Amino acid sequence: MMAMPRVGVFVCHCGSNIAAHVDVEAVTDYARTLPGVVFVQRNLYTCSDAGLREIKEAIAGERLDRVVVAACTPRTHEPLFQGACREADLNPYLLEFVNIRDQCAWVHMKEPEAATRKAKDLVRMGVAKARLLEPLEEQQVPVEPTALVIGGGIIGMTAAQNLADRGFAVKLIEREPELGGMLLRLDTLYPTGEDARRVVQERIAALRRHERIEVSTSSAVSSVTGFVGSYEVTIEQVGHCVDPGAAETKGEPDQALDAPVGQSFTAGVIVVATGTQVLQPEGMYGYGRTGYGQRVITQLELEERFRTDALDVGRVVMIQCVGARSAERPYCSRICCTTAIKNALEIKEVCPGSEVYILYRDAETQGTRYEAYYTQAREAGIQFIRYQVERPPEVLAERVLVYDEMLGAMLSIPCDMVVLSTPLVAGEGAHELAQMLKVPVDEHGFFLEAHVKLRPLDFATDGIYVAGTARWPAHLEETLAQAYGAAARAATVLSKDQVQSSGVVALVDEYLCRGCGRCVEICEFGASALKEASWGMKVARVNAVMCKGCGACASVCPTGAMQARHFTVEQVTAMVRAALEPTVSSLAVESR
Amino acid sequence: MGEFQPRIVAFACNWCSYAGADLAGVSRMQYPPTTRVIRVMCSGRVTPGFILEAFRRGADGVLVTGCHPGDCHYVSGNENAVVTVDKTGRLLELLGLDDERLRLEWISAAEGARFARLMTEFTEQVRELGPSSLGHGGAAPEV
Repeated sequence: MMAMPRVGVFVCHCGSNIAAHVDVEAVTDYARTLPGVVFVQRNLYTCSDAGLREIKEAIAGERLDRVVVAACTPRTHEPLFQGACREADLNPYLLEFVNIRDQCAWVHMKEPEAATRKAKDLVRMGVAKARLLEPLEEQQVPVEPTALVIGGGIIGMTAAQNLADRGFAVKLIEREPELGGMLLRLDTLYPTGEDARRVVQERIAALRRHERIEVSTSSAVSSVTGFVGSYEVTIEQVGHCVDPGAAETKGEPDQALDAPVGQSFTAGVIVVATGTQVLQPEGMYGYGRTGYGQRVITQLELEERFRTDALDVGRVVMIQCVGARSAERPYCSRICCTTAIKNALEIKEVCPGSEVYILYRDAETQGTRYEAYYTQAREAGIQFIRYQVERPPEVLAERVLVYDEMLGAMLSIPCDMVVLSTPLVAGEGAHELAQMLKVPVDEHGFFLEAHVKLRPLDFATDGIYVAGTARWPAHLEETLAQAYGAAARAATVLSKDQVQSSGVVALVDEYLCRGCGRCVEICEFGASALKEASWGMKVARVNAVMCKGCGACASVCPTGAMQARHFTVEQVTAMVRAALEPTVSSLAVESR
Repeated sequence: MGEFQPRIVAFACNWCSYAGADLAGVSRMQYPPTTRVIRVMCSGRVTPGFILEAFRRGADGVLVTGCHPGDCHYVSGNENAVVTVDKTGRLLELLGLDDERLRLEWISAAEGARFARLMTEFTEQVRELGPSSLGHGGAAPEV
């Protein structure tokens, strides 16, 4: 029989985040009464240097062999506290995390007593599991020093180049027949007025010079398996380039860079930079309606007109928030106000004497640069007219009607062009790719990072990163910073020879196994296989590197031979029982 | 005493539903304090044994939550959860418990609002059903 573990419980105030709604002192006092608990500590911030030091000191001084942290979420902070355990020579899997912030303080703000009671319950559940935790071993996995960058727009190319500059091999995959993405369709970039195509061409030229970057255009990822350090990737040909042979002989510049499609390779990390698309406002404000012809266009189409036509207009009306900040699409697309201002100024420049009216709901030109840009537009004589969402403008054949909120009057503006500012929406194929990579998207279809502040360019899955408008609509200067950031994050893995795979894997008790093979059938990762044991019977064995620790095999094992470590039957059952123990108040009375 | 406060155990997968619970927290979405969440790596880890243990110990409701179909971090773990919850639900009927006390729901990492709403809805649903007949007035027998 094992000796009773020595559990230390650390309860975090999280400043006032937890302490304002949960009686942390009461939770701490309660934790002291739980079986196995030999040390209890409250911290203002357990994640601070001081808090981590106190954990390490208590492990050493109080001979703790289990640590329970009751604080925020393991999804962001478990690695930090595991690190503290490791530094104090305690196996990091002897840590149990209890979430009394996101599951108590922040969601029961008006019921402090109930929140405190629930926090005590959760701590009791955590301690119950902690008593049964076992030390686990991590496997060393070699890192393939190659990055896969998905998306050959400015963001993907920037991330690719940055990684290649650091000395890593890069595979860059682009769906379209040529590199460049959205910027190829734009005319100029705000706030500098640079030629968008020139910016892209310079980047493409730099890529071409790079021997470590291999580009595949007209191609998409068709399957991804594996894990951080060694993702197995297969790419397939898509879209326009139906005859690869013909494409090669055409000798287009991009084709010269092309790797054979249909290939498989190993990549240590993946950067998602698939970008976005602009909403086509079919049926809105006369867009696409017969008789309105080319008079009602989008900002993106205006950019194309700038590049291809000699624009000749007298009066232009722009309408903001078309299909955005609505019930269907509640978010602000962030770039549209600034884009409209840029294009309005450009119209004034190329068509002297022209007038531009911007019908807006709120002019969102934040920051040190864009507010000045707005002022510049006003000084240039661009008219800003605020409309109410309940009374949207009306586009007629040769004029626009709008109720001016400030004047309190209906205006009729004759015009020869109407430009609709439509939001960026999730890229085509984003959801498919998300499913392939096993990473989440938000309710609008944009890729969802692991944590908006703490891990803004990481996915929850190790070794996969995100940058650019695939994540959400943002200005180019912001997304470029993300490209460098994602490359830097990816480099933290690529620069290592090995990474540690999680110790949370399945393990077989060979003496209990009768070799039925259900675990082999259910495993999606081929981690379980039947092998002959020394006594001649077939038994299951788990490859700890291939195992992802989901526990499906343990759930179907008819004998209990297969254990999902860290989530064993005993551990989960102990939590279930602890959750349903008699209420805290009666228990506290009994224990005195 | 006020109204009946159900005791609910919710299993949440690490990648989607637990993250959804976190988002509900970060967004300060309020829901009833009736649920105790147990984190598992995948909804496919939940066994009939875990669910039955919860009911045997007096849970008034059990919620199993996972990634939406097609989004499972482990490809098909949530499909296993469907099988588990389905067959365990039938067992509950045999035990004389209403199978509405057991529910399987998909909650993505982006669905904090959905997490909060489901916790509220399920609490109401279980409150309607009343205390579980296995509830033992809150004190489970020792085994």
